[in-house]
Amino acid sequence: MTVLPYLVAVWIFLIGVYGMATSRNLVHAVGCLAVTQSSTYVLLLAVGYRRGATAPVFSDIPVGTPVVDPVVQALALTDVVVGATVTALLLALVVQTDKRHGTVDPDELTELKG
Amino acid sequence: MRGPIRRWPLAAGLAATAALLVAACLRLPHFGGDRHPYGDRAVRTALLQRTANTVSSVNFDQRALDTLGEESILFAAVLGTVVLLRQTRDEHRVAPQPAPVPPPLRRYGTLALPVALLIGLYVIAHGQLSPGGGFQGGVVVATALHLLYVAVDYRALERIRPVGPYELADGVGEAAYVLLGAAGLLAGSAYLANTLPHGTFNTMASGGTVPLLNAAVGMEVASGVVVLLAHFLGQALEIVGEEGERT
Repeated sequence: MTVLPYLVAVWIFLIGVYGMATSRNLVHAVGCLAVTQSSTYVLLLAVGYRRGATAPVFSDIPVGTPVVDPVVQALALTDVVVGATVTALLLALVVQTDKRHGTVDPDELTELKG
Repeated sequence: MRGPIRRWPLAAGLAATAALLVAACLRLPHFGGDRHPYGDRAVRTALLQRTANTVSSVNFDQRALDTLGEESILFAAVLGTVVLLRQTRDEHRVAPQPAPVPPPLRRYGTLALPVALLIGLYVIAHGQLSPGGGFQGGVVVATALHLLYVAVDYRALERIRPVGPYELADGVGEAAYVLLGAAGLLAGSAYLANTLPHGTFNTMASGGTVPLLNAAVGMEVASGVVVLLAHFLGQALEIVGEEGERT
């Protein structure tokens, strides 16, 4: 099955979105967002895979060895960094929400407060 | 909307998204295939620039401008978190009490801290040669410092972690990246172009600007993570509301 890794990425994405939509706790929702985003890591690395190739680092392998695509690996690194910082920012928002409203259940956050 | 009323639109939306994504996956190039035009070109350019770690070459040389954007996102997120987690007018700080730490944990922390710190610095310094670089090494360095909180206590962490200098270092790291980019302009080339001598392949002094940019990013990431965790820990341990209860 040559599409299985791509389908795994699709599955992780959908399960993350499902978790976010049905979440009863904002911390849990931020966790689900991280799961959703991790599907992009799987997709990127699957796109860059080359059968029988090794990591694209030439410090201990001879030049000319087949290697997997380094471009998508660099993109995955960007993805991880942005994901981690956005998670930190969202968790800070959750801390503030809990302080101001006394709840982290999105269903109870119905009214706007000044 | 709650309960079953919300489930139906969600199920419909997920099913439609799943169908579209699966249809897209079936048309993607086959997994593990041999055709990677961008990858092949990136590898060739990385070897021309004498950078053994091609991922670092892509991040800090071929796509260095994108990494500037990525670093700015990190900087903005740290700034946003600092603003969100500040001490408000109706809150005050209390001194956290020392808590007992089991002796084995204390011994392990004392042993692991210098090793972790050294590994972090090694990973930053060898970004052009082996897997790693500023982003990964920076996180390891920041984690190493927080072993002090796990193994000793919060006051010990506070002594080696005055937040002010780390906030400054975060800004300096970001500024260093921008200025290193401008060095390319001064050398008569493009912004963030790799204008330094490329050095000898597979040695510490290879890759031109790649190790310098790695150091700038390492500094920013390490101090950014320290600042982030400092504010989260402050909220959890130090800042209390008007009534004296932990908020």
